[in-house]
Amino acid sequence: MIEIQTLDIRRDGAAILDGLDLSLPHGGLTAVIGPNGAGKSTLLHAMAGLLVPNAGSVRIGGLEMARAPARERARTVALLAQTEAVTARLTVAELVAFGRWPHHGGRPRAADRAAVAEALSLFELEQLSNRLISTLSGGQRSRAFTAMVHVQATPWMLLDEPLAALDPRHARDLMERLAALSRPPGDRSIVVVLHDLAQAARHADRIVALKDGRLVAAGPADEVLTDATLSDLFDTQLRVVTVLGRRTVIEA
Amino acid sequence: MAERRLVLIGLGLAGLSALYLAWGLRAPYGFILGLRAEKLAALIVVGAAAGAATVLFQAASANRLLTPGIVGFDALFAFVQTALVLIMGGAGYATLPALAQFGAEAAILAGAGTLLFGLLLRRGAEDVLRMILTGVILGVLLRGLAGFAARLLEPSEYAVVQQLSFASFTGIDGTQLAIAATLLVLALIGAQRLAPALDVAGLGRTTARAVGLEHTRIVLAALLLVALMVAISTALVGPITFLGLLAASLAHALLGTGRHRLLLPAASLLGAGVLVAGQTLFERAFGLQSTLAVVVELLGGLLFLALVLRRER
Repeated sequence: MIEIQTLDIRRDGAAILDGLDLSLPHGGLTAVIGPNGAGKSTLLHAMAGLLVPNAGSVRIGGLEMARAPARERARTVALLAQTEAVTARLTVAELVAFGRWPHHGGRPRAADRAAVAEALSLFELEQLSNRLISTLSGGQRSRAFTAMVHVQATPWMLLDEPLAALDPRHARDLMERLAALSRPPGDRSIVVVLHDLAQAARHADRIVALKDGRLVAAGPADEVLTDATLSDLFDTQLRVVTVLGRRTVIEA
Repeated sequence: MAERRLVLIGLGLAGLSALYLAWGLRAPYGFILGLRAEKLAALIVVGAAAGAATVLFQAASANRLLTPGIVGFDALFAFVQTALVLIMGGAGYATLPALAQFGAEAAILAGAGTLLFGLLLRRGAEDVLRMILTGVILGVLLRGLAGFAARLLEPSEYAVVQQLSFASFTGIDGTQLAIAATLLVLALIGAQRLAPALDVAGLGRTTARAVGLEHTRIVLAALLLVALMVAISTALVGPITFLGLLAASLAHALLGTGRHRLLLPAASLLGAGVLVAGQTLFERAFGLQSTLAVVVELLGGLLFLALVLRRER
């Protein structure tokens, strides 16, 4: 499990995360929600060990993430950050293969190549495997990056707004894929930053709600997703309703 | 496919080298061949260093427009040269043993270059605009300092500095060349070992770190090698700003891959190829001795402009 203790992260003196305490059990899909500037991305980067906290700690299975050796850290947690501009001339297959770096450190073995081939097939990327990343559409690109994170084969997978560039169908496909991975036999622990509350209501097992760098609520989705919590979180009237047998969130 | 092209580039360089050695060869064969071989070796060392250094620098800064010269390395060289002449006097500098002169210059340049690049990349290579501006401003500052130091020189000493500020492939010391070649081979081996990590660095700092790359360490190692390579080449023949950019751009265009395992040797071979081809043309066909560096700079400068303008659109 992930144990976060009184986590403080400051930038230029301002608190981005302010004394955050949180523990997440292994398995399932956790959605991190909250308004802009709540500290969601910062929380994910801290969980991945990419930020050194000003105070407090993030531990996964006893490993203190900010101090862990780079490759050990990357064998424990995979992070899909909000897409950076990739300057390198890369094919889809080359990109996905980078996910195996923490396992081979530059000398890929047969098992690494097999894992890449499997991920290309799982994310339906075989046809695109020789295409350059720069020529892909937003949805294809997102699939390729998700496949790279998947192939890292870590117990924990963190994704920062993976739906940002996706149309409704691709967003649904990706969320269904992630939800499937979070259950046996995949059994990965997946944490996703989501702005789409309908997707959170539909797929998340747990919700972590952040506002102004503080934890507002954390727990099972049906306990956290209430009219009162959401309205308070986003400073606007929101209602959780059931439409066609599915829970969703609408503006009141 | 990219592998095959790399082999073809290598064969091309071998052919050019043979042409340079054999074209218009007259008696005494042994003597002339020896002279030409030495010059050929210098061209190859300098070209290879410039090509590989630029590919490394572009990987470290995640920017395909940059070359070490643009961010102030040449100005640093001018400053170090002028300062050495100022401190030691023109006569003192000229009578310095060739080897000591080369060693001191290479060491100072490598050290100062590492400092310069470290300073430029410290605030994160992502902010490219800031990095280029800082480099250009530092370059102007160093040139200003070099200009100021030059005003303190005697006219005869000034002539010494003037002569040093253009790349020249004539009259290169054999021992210097041998040391430069050895150091370069070591640096190229080091660069080749970094190649897989440089590929990962192309993902950008955050993603590269997320897959377990020690990004800062890799960037620093790359910059150390860049400083060493540029220092070797500059101490040997003088500053050449745009040759590396020419070689790196050709390597990217010809190979069509982002894999540094192939890009690094390709850029080295192409850098050497451009110099050998140019020298063959100027020396044998036009009977000119010292215009090569100028023409390479002109072509590289035009390419730089073309790259910048194309990106703008």
